[in-house]
Amino acid sequence: MTMAQAMGSVQTDTTSTTNQPEPAKILSGAQMVIEALIEQGVDTIFGYPGGAVLPIYDALFQQDKIRHILCRHEQGAAHAAEGYARSTGKPGVILVTSGPGATNAVTGLTDALLDSIPLICITGQVPTFLIGNDAFQEADTTGITRPCTKHNYLVKDVKNLSNVIHEAFHVCRSGRPGPVLIDLPKDVQFAEGEYVPKAKASTHMYQPQTKPDMEKIREAVALIAGAKKPVFYTGGGVINAGPQASKDLTEFVKLTGYPITSTLMGLGCFPAHEDQWLGMLGMHGTYEANWAMHDCDVMINIGARFDDRVTGDIKKFSPHSKKIHVDIDPSSINKIIHVDLAIVGDAGQAIKAMMDVWKEQNCKPDHDALHAWWSQIDEWRDVKCLSYNNSSHIIKPQYALERLRHHLAKSGKDTFITTEVGQHQMWAAQFLPFNKPNRWMTSGGLGTMGYGLPAAIGTQLGNPDGLVIDVAGEASILMNIQEMSTAVQYRLPVKIFILNNQWMGMVRQWQELLHGERYSSSYSESLPDFVKLAEAYGGIGLRAETPDQLDDVIERMLVTDKVTIVDVCVCQSENCFPMIPSGKAHNEMILAADAKQFDKKLV
Amino acid sequence: MTEQEKKENKSVYGDAPEDETIESHTLAIIVDNEPGVLARVIGLFSGRGYNIESLTVAEIDHEKNLSRITVVSTGTPQVIDQIKHQLGRLVPVHKVVDLTVSGPHVSSEVALIKIVREKDKHDAAIEKAKAFDAEIVDVTDESLIFEVTGDAQTVTNFINIMKPMGLTNVTRTGIVALMRGPKTI
Repeated sequence: MTMAQAMGSVQTDTTSTTNQPEPAKILSGAQMVIEALIEQGVDTIFGYPGGAVLPIYDALFQQDKIRHILCRHEQGAAHAAEGYARSTGKPGVILVTSGPGATNAVTGLTDALLDSIPLICITGQVPTFLIGNDAFQEADTTGITRPCTKHNYLVKDVKNLSNVIHEAFHVCRSGRPGPVLIDLPKDVQFAEGEYVPKAKASTHMYQPQTKPDMEKIREAVALIAGAKKPVFYTGGGVINAGPQASKDLTEFVKLTGYPITSTLMGLGCFPAHEDQWLGMLGMHGTYEANWAMHDCDVMINIGARFDDRVTGDIKKFSPHSKKIHVDIDPSSINKIIHVDLAIVGDAGQAIKAMMDVWKEQNCKPDHDALHAWWSQIDEWRDVKCLSYNNSSHIIKPQYALERLRHHLAKSGKDTFITTEVGQHQMWAAQFLPFNKPNRWMTSGGLGTMGYGLPAAIGTQLGNPDGLVIDVAGEASILMNIQEMSTAVQYRLPVKIFILNNQWMGMVRQWQELLHGERYSSSYSESLPDFVKLAEAYGGIGLRAETPDQLDDVIERMLVTDKVTIVDVCVCQSENCFPMIPSGKAHNEMILAADAKQFDKKLV
Repeated sequence: MTEQEKKENKSVYGDAPEDETIESHTLAIIVDNEPGVLARVIGLFSGRGYNIESLTVAEIDHEKNLSRITVVSTGTPQVIDQIKHQLGRLVPVHKVVDLTVSGPHVSSEVALIKIVREKDKHDAAIEKAKAFDAEIVDVTDESLIFEVTGDAQTVTNFINIMKPMGLTNVTRTGIVALMRGPKTI
């Protein structure tokens, strides 16, 4: 008898030290869901009950390891799970019913797919014998969600269920993360079967490449070291690679002394307070970031995907540069922009590998060239592209965000910003500083209005001590305003900072600049009183109507212990600049001062 | 899009790309034989606007539960490259091989061709079919069915020849393909 067996014999026969096979754990499908979630380290899920998921809700009721957050709409649950995932790095989990429950979650799933957010969505389904019969609350959920998930499953036999859940977690966080859906018929939730623990679950053949090719890493370092006008172009892939990737990136970029910009999704991967930070790039990015991209001789893309909001006209995109592209998804490489050196792998591993080679070979940047490059960049910086005409009697949205920035810095609290979609989102990206990863939750790829409030709720649940602020527009916030109830129910002190201009601002801006000032359906003829609305939900409502009221209102907002709406009544006609008009290149971006001219030229 | 419209792009998106060379490629895809796998592959093509010229699928390994899909697709070299990468992203896809670039390959398809009426031409049809090694698989007083096997061009040629002979129905399998020589896939 071996030692292990001897020890096993005196312990309970369920310990793994025995050679005896563990007795099979017989559970119902619903219990398996709970058991598998617990094994996967899930402590919070977001959902909404309904007929086809009642057995799982029953199992949830009879345990205390997983906290269920009752959202007020399945879309809200999905965005809350996204906010939770983005701010904690753990997969977000949603539980919804069949039919409308599943279809309501579709926007959130698509949002997570485009922004590479790991989500698990469990949907109830009508019993297997009714599938295809147009049963009550039946929808072809796997059919509907096939193009908007990374992968999905319909589990028709309880014996496959626990394995499928473990595999789903593996798929959602491996490689390029994304949403994975499990459709679970009601009879499978009731049926009993053997539970397969995580350790015994079959590891699927799905094993994306994460380790970069070292030869290419060395080639990349040689290119980087030889650059005269380099720029780092970083994206959400660095955030997805975990906080260490951002730390390593920061160290590596500082070692080189090179300028760095980032996409909307990558904000926070490099500290905004550093000198080397150029600000965000792209359509509403900074002048210096876009010009540096255009004029550079070596572009180091890490975890960004040459999105059309970033590139402008692809024919004129950074015409003179050698381009290095690090991406975990081979399909992102050469999809839009042809690159000279492609490295498939995890951004964190690639950064670490490049930095190791840089140190090992004792690489030194070309100081003279770099000095000239920085002088050029400083000239672009001097344009002060984010400047705006402030006013003493009306609140400019940029000024509101500058005051918010001031008070946040003063408070010293660990701050998490979420946004809705539109002008306010771009201003938040321009005016608020992000110094750490996982502090910025925004809908980038899909551009989903209504994302910010539920995302703030998920973020607050994942970071109970954090200060969570949804920078919102008055149009977007109304798309998921019902989640105020969720925030009140779970005593989540999220702050909703509405830049209220009574217009769908970005739509209005495009109509002004490109459609002859014909403002078709972009003005909200009636809006709620947001202060009373907050109070009606059981939260706190504050309002600022003039610039001199802002400081007081922000200070009061920062210390509330309940969900708080701040209705900041801002200038209606303010446009978001600088801007790359469509079909234009990075070096053709227009500043606020040029806007009048731009207007005449195009309309 | 006219030159004028191009100059005054009012879209939030850029201009459409200029036309480029279109190539035809034969891809072999090894997938898990599970429900929905074909829908994933086809959905990818329709969702991303790729072309399917021909598609065949059948189980090839019952033990390992694998199917082989053969797709002929057309597109610019960049689109063909994207198709391969996008297919590779699908979780049940084990392997994607571009037979057009990975070396010479044999490809073959089967067609069934029904000839009716024009009875006086049946003998001539049978005579011509010999050159294609086409087999007669069904015959009645008024009709014939030929089975022809060959690459896509051969099958097309045979169909064209049979058109004036009273051809009324055609069904084609789409091509299957294997690499020549000892290399597998």
